[in-house]
Amino acid sequence: MAKNTVSKAYDRVKLARQNGRPTGVDYIENIITDFIELHGDRNYADDEAIVGGIGYLDGKPVTVVAIEKGRNSKERVAHNFGAPHPEGYRKALRLMKQAEKFRRPVICLVDTSGAYCGIGAEERGQGQAIAQCIVEMMALKTPSVSILIGEGGSGGALALAVADRVWMLENAVYSAISPEGCASILWKDSSKAEEAAESLKLTASDALALGVIEEIIPEQELGKESFYEKLRVKLSREFRELTSMDVDQLVQHRFERFRNLGVPDMGGKK
Amino acid sequence: MPFIEFLFKPKNELEKGGRQSVQIASADENEPSKPCPNCRKMVPLSQLWANHNTCECGYHFRMNARQRINFICDTDTFSEWDAGVVSRDILDFPGYITKLENTRNACGESEAVICGRAKIEGEDCCIFVMEPYFMMGSMGTVVGEKITRTFERAMELGLPVVGYTVSGGARMQEGILSLMQMAKTSGAVKRHSDAGLFYLTVITDPTTGGVTASFAMEGDVILAEPGALIGFAGPRVIEQTTRKKLPAGFQKAEFVMEHGFVDAIVPRSTQKATIAQLLRMHTGGERVG
Ligand SMILES: [Zn+2]
Repeated sequence: MAKNTVSKAYDRVKLARQNGRPTGVDYIENIITDFIELHGDRNYADDEAIVGGIGYLDGKPVTVVAIEKGRNSKERVAHNFGAPHPEGYRKALRLMKQAEKFRRPVICLVDTSGAYCGIGAEERGQGQAIAQCIVEMMALKTPSVSILIGEGGSGGALALAVADRVWMLENAVYSAISPEGCASILWKDSSKAEEAAESLKLTASDALALGVIEEIIPEQELGKESFYEKLRVKLSREFRELTSMDVDQLVQHRFERFRNLGVPDMGGKK
Repeated sequence: MPFIEFLFKPKNELEKGGRQSVQIASADENEPSKPCPNCRKMVPLSQLWANHNTCECGYHFRMNARQRINFICDTDTFSEWDAGVVSRDILDFPGYITKLENTRNACGESEAVICGRAKIEGEDCCIFVMEPYFMMGSMGTVVGEKITRTFERAMELGLPVVGYTVSGGARMQEGILSLMQMAKTSGAVKRHSDAGLFYLTVITDPTTGGVTASFAMEGDVILAEPGALIGFAGPRVIEQTTRKKLPAGFQKAEFVMEHGFVDAIVPRSTQKATIAQLLRMHTGGERVG
């Protein structure tokens, strides 16, 4: 690490990005049984940066949507390093609306440095695709849990994290901008990423303190059978609670959850 | 250069003049003027103001939020909400307090959006107008809250919302909470929409990042100003990421409309009339004239 600064936040950024860290499909393989992958957005293409489908969580059908980075270099190229195009978000939305129709709970696994920045992505409406995901997730009439398992990069991550419960892995990060991007914009020096990481308050404990997430998932047993087992039990329990709620009330709570984030002092009454 | 040509010029060439405010003497020594980045002529400021900051060649110069409100709202009908609310340094972010103070002093506005209620050609509506000269219209918690409240008040009043967007994206000095404003505002838009009320966005130059990926793209009708840059990622980032040359006119309003994400491009000369007509069409008003 550069100079004398030891940045705890940036250590987590590095861990969150580390190759070998479990990716979306690892979670699906270890938590979900009989998973059937469903492809395509029915408009343009199948974006492999997002893996989605239906499977069983403790014997109950659930829809899972995961941003997938890939586990080796070949997979990483195929999954575009977990940077979705608009068609990826539209596929995710299609599967979530399908889940709503059949009253299946939705699990989103978020791990992306951000939505893909490219010519085709812009031509096909990256901004509009993300906006639509946000709006529709906000109003989805079925329970949802989003788990940030690695990188939570900006709008491309939020697009799949407008859920009833948002959890973060202990070393996952969640930020409006990458520390490198922040440093180069603010200080014209991307080597100040460590300082930026600290200032951005992007760790799981920051997100918890700011009310952005409900829980932190410990990583001591990350990738081990016991890790997945605990997470499976936790998800099951959460969905039992969420499905017992009246669906309109559920949506109302979700709306209020996000409505109350970052309410500044507006100087008295509304 | 004819109007149509500048529409397809790459961004960097177009952007040159947009931010300039230097006054360079024109042929008439006494008349202050500024150069048009499109036709290269010196445009006298008096002429610029008379034409709502547009050049006769069709180029739209940037406009601050107050100018826009004066231009689009009927005289003395605008009443402002949440004026003077200032952002706090919630994350203890280095330099943010100073940056805010300097920006407030230089720009004269307290934050990057102005919200309120107004009439446009007699049509009652709620309106928010983002401010390009306040930290590039970046969205922090105050911007998110003010826009959210605009939709909530519009719901209580049963009124449509007209929103002018201009933004570089999330306010990074407010970290993750700035990102959350995308969800918050989108929730408010959704509720307003579910109540059957009309939301019109007018996208102006430049609108990118989290604002494009939320309320800018959520209008029932989405208008854009000629030549406005509209995108999720900024062109420079895309060039760096892909190492490809960007196509001509990339991310310009005309390009974005061609790809299906904007309903119509409306120059300032007809903007007020178009907005008023759309408001009338959505509030059961009869055709006028
Ligand atoms: Zn001109």
